[in-house]
Amino acid sequence: METILSIKNLDKKYGAVHAVRNVSFEIHKGNVYGILGPNGSGKSTTLGIVLNVVNRTGGDYAWFDGKLETHEALKKVGAIIERPNFYPYMTAVQNLELVCKIKSIPFSKVEEKLSLVGLLERKDSKFRTFSLGMKQRLAIASALLNDPEILILDEPTNGLDPQGIHQIRDIIRKIASMGTTILLASHLLDEVEKVCSHVVVLRKGEMLYSGSVDGMSSNEGFFELEASDMQALKSAVETHEAVEKVKEENGKIIAYLKSGLHPSEMNRYLFSKNIAICHLVFRKTSLEEQFLELTNTQSKA
Amino acid sequence: MKRLLSIELQKIWMNRSSKILTISYFVLLTAIALVASIKLDIGNFKFHLADMGIFNFPYIWHFNTYIASGFKLFLAVIIVSMMANEYSYGTLKQNLIDGLSKKEFITSKFLTVLVFASVSSLFVFVVSLLLGLAFSSMNELAVIFMRMEYIPAYFLKLAGFFSMCLFAGILVKRSAFSLGFIILWYIVEKLSWLLIWYLSNNRELASKAISVLPLESMSNLIKEPWTKLSVVRKAGNTLGIDDFGNSDVSIIAALIVCFWIAFFVYFSYKILEKRDL
Repeated sequence: METILSIKNLDKKYGAVHAVRNVSFEIHKGNVYGILGPNGSGKSTTLGIVLNVVNRTGGDYAWFDGKLETHEALKKVGAIIERPNFYPYMTAVQNLELVCKIKSIPFSKVEEKLSLVGLLERKDSKFRTFSLGMKQRLAIASALLNDPEILILDEPTNGLDPQGIHQIRDIIRKIASMGTTILLASHLLDEVEKVCSHVVVLRKGEMLYSGSVDGMSSNEGFFELEASDMQALKSAVETHEAVEKVKEENGKIIAYLKSGLHPSEMNRYLFSKNIAICHLVFRKTSLEEQFLELTNTQSKA
Repeated sequence: MKRLLSIELQKIWMNRSSKILTISYFVLLTAIALVASIKLDIGNFKFHLADMGIFNFPYIWHFNTYIASGFKLFLAVIIVSMMANEYSYGTLKQNLIDGLSKKEFITSKFLTVLVFASVSSLFVFVVSLLLGLAFSSMNELAVIFMRMEYIPAYFLKLAGFFSMCLFAGILVKRSAFSLGFIILWYIVEKLSWLLIWYLSNNRELASKAISVLPLESMSNLIKEPWTKLSVVRKAGNTLGIDDFGNSDVSIIAALIVCFWIAFFVYFSYKILEKRDL
């Protein structure tokens, strides 16, 4: 598989603040990656380093197996970070043409990309007249001008209204379906969950996890159970061989599994123990719960 | 190179205030010609500037470049604000992300500085030539192109000053403060002159010492032309002043300015290289 970006032991200190600690991961062609972490966890700093705007303190990174110098490699990358940065006094088209000049590509794709993000009607309006959502969409159009090998998005829906968020996610999904490699940094877990196949989790500059979204937690899912006799229910569930641990929460028994167990089997098992349940929900752990669990266990350790 | 220049010129030309300032600058340069029409008739006292000999070749080269360099502030404002805007719009960061290297970024700015300085020099050359041909009492070719060194000196002076503006813009990041920084630096140079004069009790030495500083060396490139005017000389002689100093273009000053240009461009790059954006 073709490696687009590899990061090895990356380190960044801002004075006394250790923003990125020893982060390593690789980006392969065709996958959609998420960098997940709360605000201030080092996501933007990590991206800033590989995008040539932040100087690293230690470690190394290489674009396209190190075949190109960083600024040459960046011509094959599309990236928007934090907020859309354009010249307010230029129109949408003029701004995109300037980007074309920087990337040494012809102007031919400008209109196509503007229509992809739905800004064709406003192409001759000055950037400063745009709403935040439109600015963000223009930024995406600009990042796509060169049909990049990889699209890097840093908090693309930050500060947008629900409609704007929806539009941006639609566009991202559309781009992902075209086979473009995407690296998406976000603190919004459902955003990452919806579009990403792989995830890197950062907290306070440390990498907690790197791998597929499914493999992030080996959990087989969990049951939420309730019965009139909670005591009996608990002891019955605890003795089942597929159950890893049991805890009580909000008057319900939460049973985490270590191996697969179908809800109907659980129901039958409890019934055989003479327990009639009044509430049974089987759930796969959501990324949010996995994320919180991951960050919590690490902080306790 | 063409690519870098076209990037930077687009940034400047699309900006309405920069455009207005650039146009006014060239209009003002042309307006030097209007000086020719200054005529004062107060009773017996007749004053016609064009008749004073300021448009005589080769003196006109000195006079016009001196006057024209006063207008350089217009372009300086553009350069400083274009640099500072890159920070405040966040476009410096975006340019780098889009694939411009830091070296290319500085090169595109510096090329623009050179273009501004060359176009100004060409402009002043043409305006002076036309004015001279219209008003000069001496029109032999040899005389016309005598003392042409003021034109390259003017070019160096502008290039030096604009490079300093570029450096200030990168260092300070805010246009108003960058201009403030240059004014502050001007005061520092003048104060150090006073200090050295005071300490050494030697005015000559003080002037020599500060002639290595950027603004002073630039102003030494084209010194005031007034004392070359016969009217002023005569007046001076009656007052008993014989020494009017030398107002030729000095090679030393030119070399010092070249050094500062290299210094400002190199350290603009170094600052940008070291900074986290």
